[in-house]
Amino acid sequence: MNETYAAIEKRAARSARIRKFLTYLLLVFWALLVLFPFYWMILTSVKSYGAYNTEYIPKFYTLSPTLQNYIEAFTAVSLGRYFWNTLLFTVVTTALMMAVIIPAAFAFSRLEFKGKNIVFALFLSLMMIPSELVIITNFVTITNWGLRNSYLGLILPSVTSVFYIYLLKENFEQIPDELYKAAKVDGTSDLKYLLRVVLPISRPTIVTVVILKVIECWNSYVWPRLITDDPFYFLVSNGIQEIRENGFGRENIPAMMAAVVVISVPLIVLFLIFRKKIMEGVSRGGTKG
Amino acid sequence: MKTQWKAWLYLLPAVAFLGVFMVYPLVDVLVYSFEEGYNFASQSYSGVGLFNYSYVLHDPYFLQAVKNTFLIVIITVPLSTGLALLISLGLSSIRKLRDLFQTVFFLPYVTNTLAVGLVFMILFKKTAYTDGMVNLLIQFFGGTGVDFIEGPYWAKMFVMCFYTIWVVMPFKILILTSALASVNQVYYNAARIDGTPRWRMFTRITLPMISPMIFYLVITGFIGAFKAYSDEVALFGTNLNAAGMNTIVGYVYDMLYGNSGGYPSFASAAALILFAIVFTITCINLLISRNNVQY
Repeated sequence: MNETYAAIEKRAARSARIRKFLTYLLLVFWALLVLFPFYWMILTSVKSYGAYNTEYIPKFYTLSPTLQNYIEAFTAVSLGRYFWNTLLFTVVTTALMMAVIIPAAFAFSRLEFKGKNIVFALFLSLMMIPSELVIITNFVTITNWGLRNSYLGLILPSVTSVFYIYLLKENFEQIPDELYKAAKVDGTSDLKYLLRVVLPISRPTIVTVVILKVIECWNSYVWPRLITDDPFYFLVSNGIQEIRENGFGRENIPAMMAAVVVISVPLIVLFLIFRKKIMEGVSRGGTKG
Repeated sequence: MKTQWKAWLYLLPAVAFLGVFMVYPLVDVLVYSFEEGYNFASQSYSGVGLFNYSYVLHDPYFLQAVKNTFLIVIITVPLSTGLALLISLGLSSIRKLRDLFQTVFFLPYVTNTLAVGLVFMILFKKTAYTDGMVNLLIQFFGGTGVDFIEGPYWAKMFVMCFYTIWVVMPFKILILTSALASVNQVYYNAARIDGTPRWRMFTRITLPMISPMIFYLVITGFIGAFKAYSDEVALFGTNLNAAGMNTIVGYVYDMLYGNSGGYPSFASAAALILFAIVFTITCINLLISRNNVQY
């Protein structure tokens, strides 16, 4: 024993400190990497066009912030239009989807009918089908129905989700049988039971599903791009791509960044309000990644 | 009997939508892929056979797309999973600022990939006005700048993978952090009493306990990376073939964008090839995980 107990303890304390330092270093490093693009887009969006283009070495701050780019973003391209389209698309798609999947989940969880298990198994097997496989025919179907460049064409293919039906069904099944029996004794109809008892009890899960769907809708790009070529029906994702390729005369990067900020803000605000719910929801039902 | 009929009524909307937009397309895509010389305008075809598959498999654009996709998968899945594991371990070992870090790390999940991709493009791009942030950084450290967006292949692939990892990290960090939190502390306490070294605690307790979640992330990561597409569009624009950065999914969609309805037959064949690849790899993953997941 050459070392005293105190020396060993001291060394252990030092290595714990170093470990802690390295941990924070890693976390701060990644946090900076995540935040920097956001900082950069906000910063660039308040630089004036002239100032931006004269900075060969971009400055990390600006002394004369301007809102001109935001005005430009809403006047030079139809950002307002894209925004409104996306809002409409998101609200209607989510509402329709809830109207479709809640009764289905209720039927699977509570009602009795022949072949229930087989039908449910078939539903589940559909979860494995990647959207790339079915999107081709959907594109042809919507085209044949003459619904290209229409809200209906945008919305229809995304109003069902087997996964969300499954999630809701699992949740509905946790409601005690006694409630249903009591309701039946009172002569309550199934529909009334669903609306008055099941929905209020399952509110947290329903809110989660709604939030996940809203995020999905807000960011959807592939289907809208296939089905719309008329800028009147563009969603923000397609709008931003259009802006990148044709808008603002290509070089007006500050205005482009203003558009990017405007598009990103709604979801970030939503996230900051419902942080706990969204993270919990994504860990239960997220798919991106 | 009456309740039976009613139950089907509740199911009707879902069944109708799934029938039209999922089950029917599934059959249809198979049919398309075997119809040769399909013409969208006249909805006629000249024969049945494997021509579409052989066309796609001999198309240099498709082969380029396959190469790109495989590179993205091989580079981003291990890197992002490993990095996410490191960060989650870090997160679960601290108490101060933990909520703040978690919130920040999650941000990329709730942003529009197309929009933020534009920011990445500007950071990496060389223009007449400026070499761009990243290049200036490289030059500051004594390197030579390179146009990451329209420059050499490796540079484009680097930005591509970098952005993909940036986008997929939130989900992985979230899943791994909650997996780490659910490991029973009793194991660690017992190990500590035995004086087990840290590294051993990690390999013998932590890793086995969270191995199901790691495999889950690897499997979903593979599937997600094989379907890479909108991140590419965000960085390189819609003409991915010209940029040489197309992916398999991008190839499928490009086949549909063409004039007068495009070429659904070629698109279907390519989509089915993709499905076959993803299906095979997922099965291999599942087999490996069955032999290795320890609990």
